[in-house]
Amino acid sequence: MTIRKIAELLDAEVLCGEEGVDREVKSACGSDMMSDVLAFVKDQAVLLTGLLNPQVIRTAVMMDMQCVVFVRAKVPGEDVLALARSCHLTVLASKERMYTACGKLYEQGLKGGELIGD
Amino acid sequence: MEIKPLVLHYEVSGDNFTGAGEASVAMKRELRQMGFDANVIRRAAIAMYEGEINMVIHAEGGVADVNVLPDRIEIVLTDEGPGIADVEQAMQAGFSTAPDNIRALGFGAGMGLPNMKRYSDEMKIETEIGRGTTVRMTVLADSPKNSF
Repeated sequence: MTIRKIAELLDAEVLCGEEGVDREVKSACGSDMMSDVLAFVKDQAVLLTGLLNPQVIRTAVMMDMQCVVFVRAKVPGEDVLALARSCHLTVLASKERMYTACGKLYEQGLKGGELIGD
Repeated sequence: MEIKPLVLHYEVSGDNFTGAGEASVAMKRELRQMGFDANVIRRAAIAMYEGEINMVIHAEGGVADVNVLPDRIEIVLTDEGPGIADVEQAMQAGFSTAPDNIRALGFGAGMGLPNMKRYSDEMKIETEIGRGTTVRMTVLADSPKNSF
């Protein structure tokens, strides 16, 4: 699935990293707990979260992710977006709630991927 | 690509949580430019990131010294914080003394030290109550953990 398709499915606005929307992604995860993302996520390219701080971007960068989706109509501050730009991440904002957003993507074939260490 | 030894030093400010992780992002960029395998870079970066977060939450910051060698990355995190009372307990997944405001920021779930151990090939903790903590981690270029 492309990031563009994710934006369509979630009726999301592209806040930055427009140049990356045609990249193909194979799995995603949803979490507000960054430590869990750092512990359990393997080869996942998209992070859906309701948390709005620079650590979300840094966590995504650490995990070599390509896209962050802020759910529940949350829009990050310019500092967060500037950090995302400097790391070449695509950032989307959707009005969907976490459960619904994850469900819509899963239904269309974007799965959760493997756990680290399995 | 031949990897030349490199020494990196970062000050980790304890002033605010916003800046936590800057050193890890900077180190990650350096390692990428040097041509390390992506899995090695990711393991080193996550291990150091969790360590940085810990220093900001618990010790009002500290310093990170990174020694990059062709076959390994050695990371030493040093702080002058309160020390860890029971290292064995702190190593247990889910054990945390972080305040609620840190949990609201996505950390403090008691996964920091376990994650650091999980992603590094060697980890040693030296700590003294009231004096501070030093965490030494080694990430090997050739490791079974690269298949994580």
